[in-house]
Amino acid sequence: MVEFAFIVLSIMAVSSAILALEAKEIVYGAISLAIMLMTIAGFFILLDAPFVAMFQIIVYVGAVAVLIIFTVMLVRRDKWLKPPVTGLTGVGIIVGLIVALAFGLLLVNSTLGSVVVSSESVSFMQIGVQLIFEYWVVLEVLALLLAASLIGALTLAKKEKGNK
Amino acid sequence: MESLLQYLIVSVALFAIGVYGLIAKRNALRLLFSIEIIGNSAVLNLVVFSRYLSVASVTGRVFALFAIALLAAEAAVALALILGAYRLRKDIDILEMKDMKG
Repeated sequence: MVEFAFIVLSIMAVSSAILALEAKEIVYGAISLAIMLMTIAGFFILLDAPFVAMFQIIVYVGAVAVLIIFTVMLVRRDKWLKPPVTGLTGVGIIVGLIVALAFGLLLVNSTLGSVVVSSESVSFMQIGVQLIFEYWVVLEVLALLLAASLIGALTLAKKEKGNK
Repeated sequence: MESLLQYLIVSVALFAIGVYGLIAKRNALRLLFSIEIIGNSAVLNLVVFSRYLSVASVTGRVFALFAIALLAAEAAVALALILGAYRLRKDIDILEMKDMKG
């Protein structure tokens, strides 16, 4: 059962990632990206990390995907449906294949294949305890960064009165 | 039971797709999609190693949470930049953006 879910999720993740980049209509690309983010959340559930999966769904599918889809609707142009053909596509495919081959060979030749699942499941409480007692500095800096990025995004996206 | 290696291969596939998009695409929104795909493959790696390599340790999961929050902040700023660029130029083709070229 788990094996089957893993196969389905892998196929969905890879194909929706490709579709996100290759869909002619960019709105479909954005929706396909949201599907990919959900399959990643599915992987997290398979990996016995439901808290991270929930976080992924709330932050990504709930916030980022909606933000992306609205931006796409705001800036969409019809001329993007026929992108000019450049030599960059071939270069991209070649470099992508090289990256995949290099990392894939590295992984297959490593000893990582013999690792068996060892850990017993962890509770939500441990995550909270470690978040507060060990990494509280990171948490505070992250809060600052989120606030700063929010203010920055608002400032950047604000319509300037004098300009128009 | 699926092994560590299978998860890592999925992650590598996603990473390679992201690299392809970063090189081949000219639309700024597609570049943002690529960056999101690459970031998610990295987060997947964090959770996978947290599951397989440590005995009941949650450090990898905690860092996955941090990484997801970072990616969300980055996406918000990138979308604001794209909106600003679109308002100025009516297009977000990155090869056309040469105004700041020295």
